[in-house]
Amino acid sequence: MHIIENGNAAAALGVKLCRASVIAAYPITPQTPLTEKLSEYVERGDMKAEYIPVESEHSALAVCIAASSAGARVFTATSANGLLYMHEQVQWASGARLPIVMCVVNRAVGAPWNIWNDQQDSISQRDTGWIQIYCADHQQIIDTVIKAYWIAEKVSIPIMVCYDGYILSHTFMPFDLPEQEKVDAFLPPFKPEYALSPEEPANLNTVTLPDVRLDVRGELAHSYMEIRYLLQEDLRSTLAVAADAEKRFAKIFGRSGDPYIESYRCDDADHVAVGLGSLTYQLRVSVDALRKEGIKVGVMGIRFYRPFPDEAIANALKGKKTVIVFEKALSYGYEGALTSDLKSALYEHLAGTVTLPSVQNFIVGIGGREIRTDDLTQMFRAATKGRVSREPTWIGLKL
Amino acid sequence: MGTRNYRRKTSHSEHGPGDGGRTGSWRVERPVLDQSLCIPCKRNKEACFICWLFCPEIVISRTIPPRVDLEYCKGCGICAEECPTRAITMVDEAKFSEEDKE
Amino acid sequence: MQVKTTILSLPTEEFVHPGTRACTGCGLAIAYRVGLKALGKDTMLVVPPSCLTVLQGLFPVASTALSGAAERGDNFIYFCYDNEGYMNTGAQRSGTTPIGAITANTPFKGKLQQKKDVPAIMAAHKLSYVAACSAAYPLDLFDKIKNCMHLPGTKYFHIHIPCPPGWGYDPRYGIKIGRLAVETGYYDLYEIVNGEFKLTAASEKLVEKRKLVPVQEYFRTQSRFRLLTDAQIADIQQKIDEKWAGYYNKDE
Ligand code: SF4
Ligand code: SF4
Ligand code: SF4
Repeated sequence: MHIIENGNAAAALGVKLCRASVIAAYPITPQTPLTEKLSEYVERGDMKAEYIPVESEHSALAVCIAASSAGARVFTATSANGLLYMHEQVQWASGARLPIVMCVVNRAVGAPWNIWNDQQDSISQRDTGWIQIYCADHQQIIDTVIKAYWIAEKVSIPIMVCYDGYILSHTFMPFDLPEQEKVDAFLPPFKPEYALSPEEPANLNTVTLPDVRLDVRGELAHSYMEIRYLLQEDLRSTLAVAADAEKRFAKIFGRSGDPYIESYRCDDADHVAVGLGSLTYQLRVSVDALRKEGIKVGVMGIRFYRPFPDEAIANALKGKKTVIVFEKALSYGYEGALTSDLKSALYEHLAGTVTLPSVQNFIVGIGGREIRTDDLTQMFRAATKGRVSREPTWIGLKL
Repeated sequence: MGTRNYRRKTSHSEHGPGDGGRTGSWRVERPVLDQSLCIPCKRNKEACFICWLFCPEIVISRTIPPRVDLEYCKGCGICAEECPTRAITMVDEAKFSEEDKE
Repeated sequence: MQVKTTILSLPTEEFVHPGTRACTGCGLAIAYRVGLKALGKDTMLVVPPSCLTVLQGLFPVASTALSGAAERGDNFIYFCYDNEGYMNTGAQRSGTTPIGAITANTPFKGKLQQKKDVPAIMAAHKLSYVAACSAAYPLDLFDKIKNCMHLPGTKYFHIHIPCPPGWGYDPRYGIKIGRLAVETGYYDLYEIVNGEFKLTAASEKLVEKRKLVPVQEYFRTQSRFRLLTDAQIADIQQKIDEKWAGYYNKDE
């Protein structure tokens, strides 16, 4: 059934369809309407879940960690400084291997205060051991929430489903609302890998020593380093799991795409723009305009950012002359984090085999600065003619 | 042999003694009971057991006579201090021979 | 009021195993063990980073979360193990470190500020139950837990835990010191049931006796108080006497 709703509602509907049983959240703009929707569902009885109105984001994730450890399917959502305040628990959730799904409704982080969209919040959590998936429209938001639970529970790793504040969260778009029976067929009830239970008392996430040691049963137990290695190993193999999820989803819902990247007119392109989220759809307009001028361009949206699908990306960019990365965040002191990741993927997979594409980094839309399609097109065009700058170039800066 | 096949991918501990290792090795003094002074021993019935209540390591049994599990007793001396009849004294570990220590 | 538990009637089933990682003579395990005896088998513990890999570790680390949960009336019992410092990181001052105590980061002057009255803060949340207990009075702790288990919402327990390395004393005197804190009227055992305040156990008896041990005796036992001047001690003694005059008044 097609409905017209905003992006936050799409996420909330996804969570409801997935039958999350514990929701804990603290309101922060632009995430607020999403969690309000969920509390509505719970209070009206549309959703059999407990909604816990915690007093901070840190507690929101702490509640999810506890509930997930006890075997519940949990959900939380946040933005910007709320995510930063959560950070300690963010690290905990992945180390504890809990399949939590959290929506990050992307917003700029302070200081100075700014409630508008960029992606510095989730990008700053890149190295926390969570899976990160970016959505470009409402259909992707709801579908990704559903896939996210399946993937997270398969690999016991938490997932951030990221989408742009306002641009997606507060705009209304038509999308297909999956049917409950299909979602139930896709996503079986959560069977936790290890849930707390009074029958089997245990201390979870106890202190580890630098080296391995025997547990009370006399078996050699992991220490910190082994546990962290396994997280990395399982994150890497999550890429294959994501492909399975996509196949399974296609079978049940009849919709499918590339699990990692979303390419538009890239096949014969010489120059490819790369980005995360809704920006890549805006770039399609630039692509069409430049194509009319006879410039062979395309755009590639990265959906899976962590684990990084380096091989898929490098293969897709093989033979291109220029890669132009548009980012709404950066690793301050260097360049956009995605740019660095891309360069490393290109070097790893293409060095010595073909000419490496040159890479240009543009920074756009920081703190909600308007991103004019004309500006994007103009800079995109300039970058196809040769590198604009070695340093990341800020578009729309009024300095 | 590494931990590759360990049954979990997290840190956890199940119940069982010795989560902190064989803590008896921390001891520098050992509690020694003089049964002739111990109340339940003298009366030969359940009584007192103050040492059992206060031992922070839970290594004194609620039996007649009370027994100390030296594998885990850390030698804090609380039992000796709290015993109303001074039936327990703390004795330097060096006074015990090697096999005694095992 | 239910029958008071005695050593002989205390359940014998144990839920804590020997071989903990706590320091020699730490009072934590006594409280932990007796607490679990009262709570029984179907208990789930949630523990912040702390000594023993289990306990303590609370202010300010968890106080906003606790306050939030209390305000929501979440049904659980919160045990605050008060060893009066950040002990698992090497005995630094905390909100509950008492005035005058030397800690790793108040090395020369001792702590200059008052101890934060956490049970009073929790009582201000209008909880069904707030209790102040001590590891030196495990049976009082046991009875209080039993007392509160049927009450709704959040229940708060404050437990005074003598800590040998943090407080500076020979481990064997831990219980004696805990007891002295109560007998001097410095730390009081009480419960607040639905807003009704009542001293318990040894503190209750002190009201009858109307005689406190001078607080100097308590300070003398621990090296962390070695910098307290006579004037400071006299000041603290006066505050204790005033507090107790209030208790005596209520009793009349
Ligand atoms: S405290 Fe002393 S008298 Fe009492 S049971 Fe223990 S050893 Fe015997
Ligand atoms: S009280 Fe201390 S010395 Fe006595 S048995 Fe227990 S651990 Fe050992
Ligand atoms: S530091 Fe103090 S409170 Fe912590 S385990 Fe040691 S004695 Fe106990």
